[in-house]
Amino acid sequence: MSETAQKFLMLFYGVAAFAVVVGVVLLLADFAPKRGREKIQVALFIGPPLLLVSIGLVVPAVRTSLMAFKDSFGDKWVGLENFQWMFTSPDARTVLINTAIWVVLTPFIATAVGLIYAILIDGSRFESVYKALVFLPMAISMVGASIIWKFIYDYKETGTAQIGLLNQVLVWFGAEPQQFIVNAPWNTVFLIVILIWIQAGFAMVVLSAAIKGIPTDMIEAARLDGVNPFQMFFRITLPSIRPAVMVVYITILIATLKVFDIVRTMTGGNFDTSVIANEMYNQAFRYDEDGKGAALAVFLFVLVMPVVVYQVRTLRRQRMESR
Amino acid sequence: MSAVATPATSTSRPTVTGDPGLSMAGRVRRSLSKRSASAVAMLIAIMWTVPTFGLLVSSIRSETNIKTDGWWNWFAHPEFTLANYKEVLFGGDVSLSTFFINSLVITIPSVLFPLAFGALGAYALSWMEWKGRDWVFILIFALQIVPLQMALVPLLRLFSKGLEIGGAQIIPALQLVGPQKFATVWFAHTCFGLPLCIFLFHNFMSELPRELIEAARVDGADHARIFRSVALPLIVPALASFGIFQFLWVWNDLLVALIFAGGGPVTAPLTVKLADMVGSKGQEWQLLTSGAFVAIGVPILVFLALQRYFVRGLLAGGLKG
Repeated sequence: MSETAQKFLMLFYGVAAFAVVVGVVLLLADFAPKRGREKIQVALFIGPPLLLVSIGLVVPAVRTSLMAFKDSFGDKWVGLENFQWMFTSPDARTVLINTAIWVVLTPFIATAVGLIYAILIDGSRFESVYKALVFLPMAISMVGASIIWKFIYDYKETGTAQIGLLNQVLVWFGAEPQQFIVNAPWNTVFLIVILIWIQAGFAMVVLSAAIKGIPTDMIEAARLDGVNPFQMFFRITLPSIRPAVMVVYITILIATLKVFDIVRTMTGGNFDTSVIANEMYNQAFRYDEDGKGAALAVFLFVLVMPVVVYQVRTLRRQRMESR
Repeated sequence: MSAVATPATSTSRPTVTGDPGLSMAGRVRRSLSKRSASAVAMLIAIMWTVPTFGLLVSSIRSETNIKTDGWWNWFAHPEFTLANYKEVLFGGDVSLSTFFINSLVITIPSVLFPLAFGALGAYALSWMEWKGRDWVFILIFALQIVPLQMALVPLLRLFSKGLEIGGAQIIPALQLVGPQKFATVWFAHTCFGLPLCIFLFHNFMSELPRELIEAARVDGADHARIFRSVALPLIVPALASFGIFQFLWVWNDLLVALIFAGGGPVTAPLTVKLADMVGSKGQEWQLLTSGAFVAIGVPILVFLALQRYFVRGLLAGGLKG
């Protein structure tokens, strides 16, 4: 059997397994004994997903937390050694600083661009076309986006014809072409541009929906009062959509903390561009430094922890109110 | 100074520092008139579109021209060739068509499994009464945010030690270990996708009218029945939304694939191969441009066709959190 056929056979098995599992769960639920049927059905419905997230997420996360305090082979306890490495070694410190730059710039700029764009195109005749154009990068993989931008940033020596648009623009203005993704520290900024390019569309779509939810009479009243666009923005629009802005900002913040694909594809973490998620991959899967990799993962987790707590509290408040 | 704000608004804003601020506001106001607003919008739209467009144009040019001549010159000397696509899809040393198939084989089950388990779980969390329900919901909600990095190493170890046992249970014996690896990728994607899936479905499911469910109960239907014939048909839009999400996320994923599918032509998806090509064939732009379009073509089509569902899911998942 050819390899391709084997793959499709495998795909068939996968889909068949899906059908069988779902069928069996529903069948068991149907033929559960009358006595205790409720309980059996609860177990059948919530059991499989709970088991999956336990095996796939909860237990591994606990084990990673333990690994962070062990050596590279996971044999010996080493206390805080891995964390000490993370905060003191120069390489690791570059990683942390880079991550900080990503986190400061990306969510803010992406949200701002998305918001401005959403306001500018609101009610325009070609709104849906405008939206699709900026939203489209959301559908593209970060690897694809990286190739797209690597082409934009391409560098050829002075005097040679440039094939990267950005350097051609520099040449048109009479400047020297630059190696955008090689020269630190600005290369990190040029990588950040890629994630902003991807995330602004997300911000725009969510915020645009929120803007459309602002009551019209409120906007009309403000307009009758003769407020200018800036006052309209800061006193009516922004306060009304603040929750949506928060959600967008936090969502992009989390995505930024975990950014991996772009850095790996563009530079592989070279030229002082590595970030936590990329370094975690390198330590754990390339250098077999499981302890250090785990420490980086744990640190990433600690960074998103406040968001988890905040979200859970918001959720519980919402659930209380809805009762 | 002609465009000063009305007194009512300027007095209600004590922080404004007299004339300069107002004239500034006036100037800004004028510059933000309708026409310039659409000019700025247009500028952003162009900035967001040009990069992809440049790549697309390049992918249909000849190899020499891509490498020595800016793509914007294409407008002066238009040309069209599919040679790059032919080379990147079927050429000996890259042969992306193989990886395209891998992407398909990875993606389809990785979307189906969470859909099913997520719908079941969301129903249990919305309409069944049981002890600890709220805690389980909060746990799953919180798991949405936990970085994958926390799970990767131990899960990979679990597979490498328990693969035969786990593999044989789900899949009948295959001769090669190779394609069997797909199962581990499905498993990983299913686990990682479930929290968002359950949360999203719960948002939709818990908003079904209580009377509907209770009427069905009074008629003697049990939960399995209500799930199948009442709840599931009503959350089809949510199924579509998450289906698209998960499809895009799995098809576009690099990290999970790198770790669980590896880099070989037997199981690695397009993203892994492309990322590898950027490193090993960084200046072979005829391959990179066409290769990138092979990879992003499918999600772009799905996205354009089903944008409505995608946006709906985005709003339901994003705003209720």
